[in-house]
Amino acid sequence: MSIATPTSAVTPGSGARSAITPLLEIRGLKVEFSTQRDSVTAVDGIDLTLMPGQTLAIVGESGSGKSTLAHSIINLLPGTGAITAGSILFDGQDLTTISEKELQGIRGRDIGFVPQDPMSNLNPVWSVGFQVEESVRANGVAVGRKEIRAKAIEVLRKAGLDDADARMRQFPHQFSGGMRQRVLIGMALSASPKLLIADEPTSALDVTVQRTILDYLDSLTRDSGTAVVLITHDLGLAAERAEQLVVMYRGKVVEAGPSLEILRNPLHPYTQRLVAAAPSLASRRLTAAAKGVESTLTSPVVAVPATAAAFDLAAIADRPRAGIAENTALQNNALADNAIVVDGLTKVYSIRGRGFKTVPFTAVDNVSFSIARGTTMALVGESGSGKSTVAKMLLGLEKLTSGRIEIDGADTGELSPKELFNLRRRMQPVFQDPYGSLDPLRNIENTIAEPLDTHRVGTKAERRKRVYELLDQVSLPRAIATRYPNELSGGQRQRVAVARALALKPAIVILDEAVSALDVLVQAQILQLLHELQTELSLTYLFITHDLAVVRVIADNVAVMNKGRIVEAATTSEVFENPKQEYTKRLLDAIPGANIRLGA
Amino acid sequence: MFGYILRRLLQAIPVFFGTTFLIYFMVFAMPGDPVVALFGQHGVNEAVAAQLRAQYHLDQPFIIQYFIYIGGIFRGDFGVSFSGQPVSEILLSTFPVTLRLATIALFLEMVLGITIGLISGLRKGKLFDSSTLVVSLILISLPIFVIAFVAQLVIGINLGWVRPTVSGTAPWNELILPGIVLATVSVAYIIRLTRESVIETRGQDFVRTAYSKGLTSGRIVRVHILRNSLIPVVTFLAVDFGVLMVGATVTEGIFNIPGVGRTLYQAIIRGEGPTVVSFVTVMVIIYLVVNLLTDLLYAALDPRIRYGK
Amino acid sequence: MANSSNHYVAPLDETPLAEVDSVNISAQASNLWLDAWRDMRGRPMFYISGFIIILVALVALFPGWFTQVPPNNDCLLVNSNGAPITGHPLGFTKQGCDVYSRIIHGTSTSLSVGIIVTILTAGLGVLFGAFAGFYGRWLDAILSRVGDIFFAIPYILAAVVIMSVFSSYRNIIIISLAIGLFAWPSTARVLRAEILRVKNADFVMASTAIGVSRFKILMRHVLPNSIAPVIVITTLSLAAAIVAEATLSFLGVGLPTSFMSWGNDISQAQSDLRNAPQTLIYPSLALTITALSFIMMGEVIRNALDPKARARR
Repeated sequence: MSIATPTSAVTPGSGARSAITPLLEIRGLKVEFSTQRDSVTAVDGIDLTLMPGQTLAIVGESGSGKSTLAHSIINLLPGTGAITAGSILFDGQDLTTISEKELQGIRGRDIGFVPQDPMSNLNPVWSVGFQVEESVRANGVAVGRKEIRAKAIEVLRKAGLDDADARMRQFPHQFSGGMRQRVLIGMALSASPKLLIADEPTSALDVTVQRTILDYLDSLTRDSGTAVVLITHDLGLAAERAEQLVVMYRGKVVEAGPSLEILRNPLHPYTQRLVAAAPSLASRRLTAAAKGVESTLTSPVVAVPATAAAFDLAAIADRPRAGIAENTALQNNALADNAIVVDGLTKVYSIRGRGFKTVPFTAVDNVSFSIARGTTMALVGESGSGKSTVAKMLLGLEKLTSGRIEIDGADTGELSPKELFNLRRRMQPVFQDPYGSLDPLRNIENTIAEPLDTHRVGTKAERRKRVYELLDQVSLPRAIATRYPNELSGGQRQRVAVARALALKPAIVILDEAVSALDVLVQAQILQLLHELQTELSLTYLFITHDLAVVRVIADNVAVMNKGRIVEAATTSEVFENPKQEYTKRLLDAIPGANIRLGA
Repeated sequence: MFGYILRRLLQAIPVFFGTTFLIYFMVFAMPGDPVVALFGQHGVNEAVAAQLRAQYHLDQPFIIQYFIYIGGIFRGDFGVSFSGQPVSEILLSTFPVTLRLATIALFLEMVLGITIGLISGLRKGKLFDSSTLVVSLILISLPIFVIAFVAQLVIGINLGWVRPTVSGTAPWNELILPGIVLATVSVAYIIRLTRESVIETRGQDFVRTAYSKGLTSGRIVRVHILRNSLIPVVTFLAVDFGVLMVGATVTEGIFNIPGVGRTLYQAIIRGEGPTVVSFVTVMVIIYLVVNLLTDLLYAALDPRIRYGK
Repeated sequence: MANSSNHYVAPLDETPLAEVDSVNISAQASNLWLDAWRDMRGRPMFYISGFIIILVALVALFPGWFTQVPPNNDCLLVNSNGAPITGHPLGFTKQGCDVYSRIIHGTSTSLSVGIIVTILTAGLGVLFGAFAGFYGRWLDAILSRVGDIFFAIPYILAAVVIMSVFSSYRNIIIISLAIGLFAWPSTARVLRAEILRVKNADFVMASTAIGVSRFKILMRHVLPNSIAPVIVITTLSLAAAIVAEATLSFLGVGLPTSFMSWGNDISQAQSDLRNAPQTLIYPSLALTITALSFIMMGEVIRNALDPKARARR
């Protein structure tokens, strides 16, 4: 148990308020989940203090207990979870001791809650208006049918839905993710609560949408003086949005204090690790370095002892690159050196329209690019931009509507099925979802050996040897070979997926959001691995991602996709330092932490 | 919504022709004289046989026979029974009784099934839930005729609370016991399904969000959990209707209720093939219609269907 | 540091840093089947139903182990509907045959019908469901409509028609076909839905990208990952088939009376419900207990295999 009293949060600039008692004061909070045999401690003796009107971010990886902490404040713990020790003082009242009925009065009215995934947090069978009105009625914001309706419309309008009146009668599935999150934010703030708990409110959304939503949240809470507890896994986002930061690790607070100070001077080795591995911050550091600005931030981070920071993402990005990579003109002249050439690639789907009509939908629209051997090209775009469809067409998982794909100088459209089959040895994918990309019923050895079996490579013994070799290459113990995927963590599964992709010694690896689902530390580890493998095996990568921050550290060239088209393609440094298109600028701007002024 | 209904209707057309064809095929593609075969060991009733040969146009090619027969169905002509009475006439006189019985059974099923299932789901793992589980598993394993016999024996004969068999006019009050019997098997299924559905819905994110809005638990159960949990239960009702029809045949037979089921029951027992086929055809058509209606109900309950995804 | 008074750092020894993403080699081996097996072994219901199922199977295979009394011969009309006496624990039927012996000797009939129907429904269901779900498009449209047609005739009614038509050919195979031919579509529907879910998994895409053939993907990856609910349904359909056979016998369109079966015994006892309820109750009890044991087993398997149900516990 900690003896120190952390986070005595006196916000600079709110001197007038500093005499006021804290709005939320958590002391020694412990939350346990009981299973059949024993209990698991998810939150282990947390202390924190929040002043009225202040924003506090709780940062941690998955499993750190940050969401459990957020849920425990208004006792929304799932399943067998229960508070076993400590107190939660809210406005002078201990929330751990009051009755469920009293808590009902506080929920919504005094404490608003914005959940993580907008897609699953609205009831699909009731209209949006119904759900907002219900919230308004329950919290006594308005009385009477007409008044409630008027208030509900006002709530939606405030949340940024312009045609709120018409939208009231629509159902959640007719709303986009961003709009649903606006509705949820609107409902949470409808009673002007004193405190808003936002549990990863934007991690399910595209970066540009994320930005607008957070801006809305900021302005709404600032106007009403609502205090905010923001739960996030993204250090950059936390620092940008909150003045106070709490870093959680294994159910405990490891570091707490003013955001910028923690970023500049992380003291706990875990925080140092996080700072070093956060792609958004690494990008900032790179940008700062590129501009020749002597950042006060860079030096202490780089000086982090090797034991603390497993690796520094910025170091990966600073590696020496193939000369040709930086020169697009040369690339186009030396066609023979291109591993992949894509020309006029188009994919049109026919989707069901009203009644029985089908409507053509162009997912990929005349896309052309080439990737030089041994380099990494990033294809960046938001959801629905068509980037994954490009990957599927390259891998032969989708037919082209028109255009051509050349792999190693051979036009895939002209190959026989046999030749296509052989071509698969040259190009392998790694997919996004580490939980979906391995067959849960086959052990690791069978999974990695499947490409070898399919292409009848070597004898059984030789294949086993190759599997071990691959496990060594991706730094997994050989003993894992007889294990099943659900015994492994997300990062380990992704390593297995990489091993499977490398089994046939391909020249090209297509990484479709391969690190997007991973925690930052694991993500950094996998990026490091990919980088090492590329150097060692001179691989060509097509790196498909929505996350520009990661692009900065891994790619030589970038193509930005929007609505099926490539809107901008250039070298990574060009795109980051001198973006030509408005859309690219918006994407860059939306990287969480992009607005943090590092060089103070 | 309109597109959805139209699609469902269009899908029902091949199914209608398919099922009637299948039944027709089963009966008339037999080796030997199908009409004679229909009478089984019963001995051929020549008058009915002649009538059947005319009705099914047995001198025509098979496919023509089928379409003539389908044409009859569309005009409400389901053939004649063994005693020479038109099936449609028998239907008209017996249907109201069966409707009464089915109403009692369906009402019990819905009210008991959903209420018990809901409580069970909300109190998962508690005593009420585990005892409900055991009872419903036993009910599911009990064949309906065993339940009917035991009810008749214990309540009708030993206790003498009700008449063991129903009188000719089949008044509502005498149909209560057979209604309970008819409902038992399906009620167990509905309890299980509602329970599963409630447990699943209760774990959904939107339920937690509803709590976070400050709604009372009562409202969350009524408005959010129950409504969403009913969607799979409604789809089950369509499937269940088939079980109900078979159950009605057995129940009406045992309690001697003068409904459609008993007519079919007696025809089966007596081996009156032609009557059996006619009544099965009628039941299948009713079943198809009920399935269509359930699809509409489903659309009414789930806006994602209503507005087409 | 400027703001160090506000800057809290936990003592290092309080939360020692673990290695990032280290592998836990000592963890228990785990996949769907292993976990399900472990789960089942922790449930009393598994042992109860398993014991009854084994017992029923033994009775069916070796009736001689359980009774020495012949079920059909030695029936004396003197004993008609007689009460239990020594050596005849459950009394006598109307024909004066031993009730207990008839139940023991009727077991194999009920179980055979159950097993044949189950093989038939599982086979047809998997065939239709797998191909419709996996290959999709026109094949799905055709197979699903065929399934709809068979689904639209409640299987007992269909069996009644078939048994009426084949009145002179009634035997175990025919009655099993009559039940099974119309009982498979629900299996097919469940499997199809499951396959539609699984076939879009990333591991299927990964195998396609490796060059594994479609059929191999179906057999090696998709089917094993979608078969779990089919196993549950199959267990339940065994119970349903045994009950269906009895129902058909009760309706007089089951097996000929020369076959010893629980359904036939129940059917023949119904007229003596008032004066000799035991002739009806005991075979019904045998029927119900057997059905219950399969249904309980299905329940155990379902709980063990359904990851959602397990996560909820």
